[in-house]
Amino acid sequence: MSTDTLPRAGFDLDRPWQLHPQVSVRPERFGALLYHFGTRRLSFLKSPALLAVVSSLGDAPSARQACRSAGVTEAELPAYAAALATLAGSQMIRERASS
Amino acid sequence: MTRPLALVEQFQYGLDAPICLTWELTYACNLSCVHCLSSSGRRDPRELTTAECRAVIDELERMQVFYVNIGGGEPTVRADFWDLVDYATAHHVGVKFSTNGVKITAEIARRLAASDYVDVQISLDGATEQVNDAVRGPGSYATALRAMRHLAGAGFRGFKISVVVTRHNVGQLDDFKAIADRFGAQLRLTRLRPSGRGADVWDELHPTAGQQRQLYDWLAARGEQVLTGDSFFHLAAYGEALPGLNLCGAGRVVCLIDPVGDVYACPFAIHDSFLAGNVRGPGGFAAVWRESELFADLRRPQAGGACHSCSAYDSCRGGCMAAKFFTGLPLDGPDPECVKGHGERALAAAVGEPAPRPSGDHSHRSHHSNRPRPVPVSIGPRPPAGPGPSQARPGLPPDRACNQSPLAGFRPG
Repeated sequence: MSTDTLPRAGFDLDRPWQLHPQVSVRPERFGALLYHFGTRRLSFLKSPALLAVVSSLGDAPSARQACRSAGVTEAELPAYAAALATLAGSQMIRERASS
Repeated sequence: MTRPLALVEQFQYGLDAPICLTWELTYACNLSCVHCLSSSGRRDPRELTTAECRAVIDELERMQVFYVNIGGGEPTVRADFWDLVDYATAHHVGVKFSTNGVKITAEIARRLAASDYVDVQISLDGATEQVNDAVRGPGSYATALRAMRHLAGAGFRGFKISVVVTRHNVGQLDDFKAIADRFGAQLRLTRLRPSGRGADVWDELHPTAGQQRQLYDWLAARGEQVLTGDSFFHLAAYGEALPGLNLCGAGRVVCLIDPVGDVYACPFAIHDSFLAGNVRGPGGFAAVWRESELFADLRRPQAGGACHSCSAYDSCRGGCMAAKFFTGLPLDGPDPECVKGHGERALAAAVGEPAPRPSGDHSHRSHHSNRPRPVPVSIGPRPPAGPGPSQARPGLPPDRACNQSPLAGFRPG
């Protein structure tokens, strides 16, 4: 329990990802609240841009592409990769099979 | 990623909808715990009907409230309880309910284990029968343990065992953890508040200063293994904050809907001073949450008052509003259990001034408590001198309907 919010090393931006089907997203002024009904954990997206990335993950061929579509610059990419790694570590997002 | 405000500050200004809320479905209870935060016992005849409860759930779904903490009273004694749980989960509102375990049969446990959207919290206030039953009443330990066996037997992993920390059980923390581990459950410790009947036993049950330190060290060593419902944020003044938001969420991210639909800032603040409105009013719950003047006040930056100059204020933020209120301390003053001792000094200085009493009392008329209790005092006209408590009390709502057994049709078993 105590380690599942730690970022996992090596988040793969070039894989396809999706929101976990048991996660509910509620947009807020600061970004969004996430709640996972399986782990019963709450998490936060600390900016509207990150919400845009997470919302488009499921339709994008890769996380990198989802970031680009949301207007994330190359310079910002490492910060977004770290945020996505944290979300993956707490099972808020998960890899999906390549189509 | 720009961060105009830290999250904790965002929360201080409130959200469009609560993150979660506590919903007490009934004041009826088969127990008479001496510290009951809602002075429960007898059903209130004005309690929300099934249709009204469903309408509240519809609203919570529209507001995207992720889950509700259902309590009481003992919520499972409502005849429509399981239907309401099913209705909520079918409408994307998760349910965590608190129970003393009285209705958790093997069959119910199997049903609960099959749902991803229902979580169960069994109340236990002693790791031994002796310590538990002194607070929760005879037989309550056995009932809780039986419920835990049924849940574990049904494969329900990670249900919660919820303990209100008192002077008498604070020495049993390792034993509570062992019980939780034995059942594959998760331990949750919460703070005793002087709310409801808790006001009557606060002086003798709240942990001593030394015990608070012991509790803090124990919690700090266990991190997120043990849940606290964020209820010990006043202990952050010892040093490192415990896991959680460390913020009084009252009216900002949490609130209470009571059995008659009244909306209070927090479950521990059932008093007219913290009453924001009623879900039966125009606009329903959403209007109360978004438009109540009381909640708007709570979402304004708090000054800190007498605590403002204290070095620990940024950590403890002045502590718990309800704990201050029901011990008669000013809301912008120290918490009664302030780890710096400011609360004790403030209380000593305030001797003679009566603390506010809870606005309602649904306690059973006759307590079969096995410990001496202070004489109950309630605000309102003096009851007429006479032989029995069932006489009408002028000026108070008629309570005839409450005189019937609140548990009509209910058989323990």
